[in-house]
Amino acid sequence: MITIIDYGMGNLGSIRNMIKKLGYHSEITSDPEVIAQAKKLILPGVGKFDRAMGNLAHLNLINIIQNKAVEGTPMLGICLGMQLLADSSEEGTLKGLGIIPGEVKRFIVPKELKVPHMGWNLVHYRKDSPLFANFEDLGEARFYFVHTYKYLCQNQDQILATTNYGGDFTCALQKGNIMGVQFHPEKSHFFGMNLLKNFIEKI
Amino acid sequence: MLRVRIIPVLLLRNQGLVKTVKFDKAKYIGDPINAVKLFNDKGVDELAFMDIDASKEGKKPDFELIEKFASECFMPLAYGGGISTIRDVKRLFAIGVEKVIINTVSLSNLALVSEAADIFGDQSIVVAIDVKKNIWGKPQVYSHAKKKPDISDVVEYAKAAERAGAGELILTSVDHDGMMNGYDLSTISKVSEAIKIPLVACGGAGNLEHLKEAHSAGATALAAGSLFVYHGPLKGVLINFPSSEKMASLFG
Repeated sequence: MITIIDYGMGNLGSIRNMIKKLGYHSEITSDPEVIAQAKKLILPGVGKFDRAMGNLAHLNLINIIQNKAVEGTPMLGICLGMQLLADSSEEGTLKGLGIIPGEVKRFIVPKELKVPHMGWNLVHYRKDSPLFANFEDLGEARFYFVHTYKYLCQNQDQILATTNYGGDFTCALQKGNIMGVQFHPEKSHFFGMNLLKNFIEKI
Repeated sequence: MLRVRIIPVLLLRNQGLVKTVKFDKAKYIGDPINAVKLFNDKGVDELAFMDIDASKEGKKPDFELIEKFASECFMPLAYGGGISTIRDVKRLFAIGVEKVIINTVSLSNLALVSEAADIFGDQSIVVAIDVKKNIWGKPQVYSHAKKKPDISDVVEYAKAAERAGAGELILTSVDHDGMMNGYDLSTISKVSEAIKIPLVACGGAGNLEHLKEAHSAGATALAAGSLFVYHGPLKGVLINFPSSEKMASLFG
């Protein structure tokens, strides 16, 4: 059972459906007790940093998520859900979950590039990462991105993958069983499906 | 390098999918949710749905249906048809649509485009321009919903939409729609020279070479209907999409 945390930030239907297509069960919940018992967590999210942290606080989920991270429950943050793992974000004033050391900063790109970074882009991943296992057969790994801010990961060895957009930035990171991806696996068909499969089966 | 985007465009009528010829003769081709599933399996990078009756009949988008196929869609989804207020736009994003396509309402008022781009970011706001040549062969803005456009000159209208804050334009040729005889290359090149934002060309694709021609004429991305829903000279309904390798070799 995969537990998808619902804290009012975006449509979670395609994540649930992709997991279903992979042959696994998932539940979408904001119930602290259910989340505290979860075996595997997904923290999704689309929207603004402070609103997300505010919603998590309002639902009494911040401590529970932090405890689950300490316990080592596998957790995958997606897009804003990854950024919430940081200590802080330039987008807001509230503190992040502080699970993977780093801060979130706005993109600064050359004039000819637009922000947000939106569209399919190539992802260069560490070959030894279980999250990116079996990607060789799919050709060049590409994923769908939509974001204005990027994660500056403090520890280089926690970076799993990078993408180039006016310079390389971290698009996947991992600390123990806690990981985050900046792109949207649920909107990246084969590539996203393979990544979610790895998260479910290999982490 | 970012890939050239190829976008199947699917037309909705009464909760079913149809395909038109010159914006007319709508033929039923199947169920939208089934089509989304088939395009998922083919690894399409982006999909667009347009409800061809909503604005014409003064109806809102069918949010319930859209949510159903948005949840089944493992790729970015664009939706157009019946969008006339910021509330509509907001609701579409909330149910999992990545881009909204605005057409009829912007013909007489680009304010919704500006407001939506301000709130949601211009990358998610697409203005659709339908084009029909007049008897002198001059491309004119066409309204399927029979609204009189404020600006009838296609290039002027494209520039106005860009100024208003559209992040992208989708230019559809009424004369080429469903004909499968190639895109309206001259209009594509005129419009692409006049704007800086991405231009999606639509209408007329009958084979992969046509996609390449439109790209060379200045289109940033290529959309097609018939090409991806019909197969063979008798136009049997068959959802199809070229492989990633085929695409890569086509655009080099």
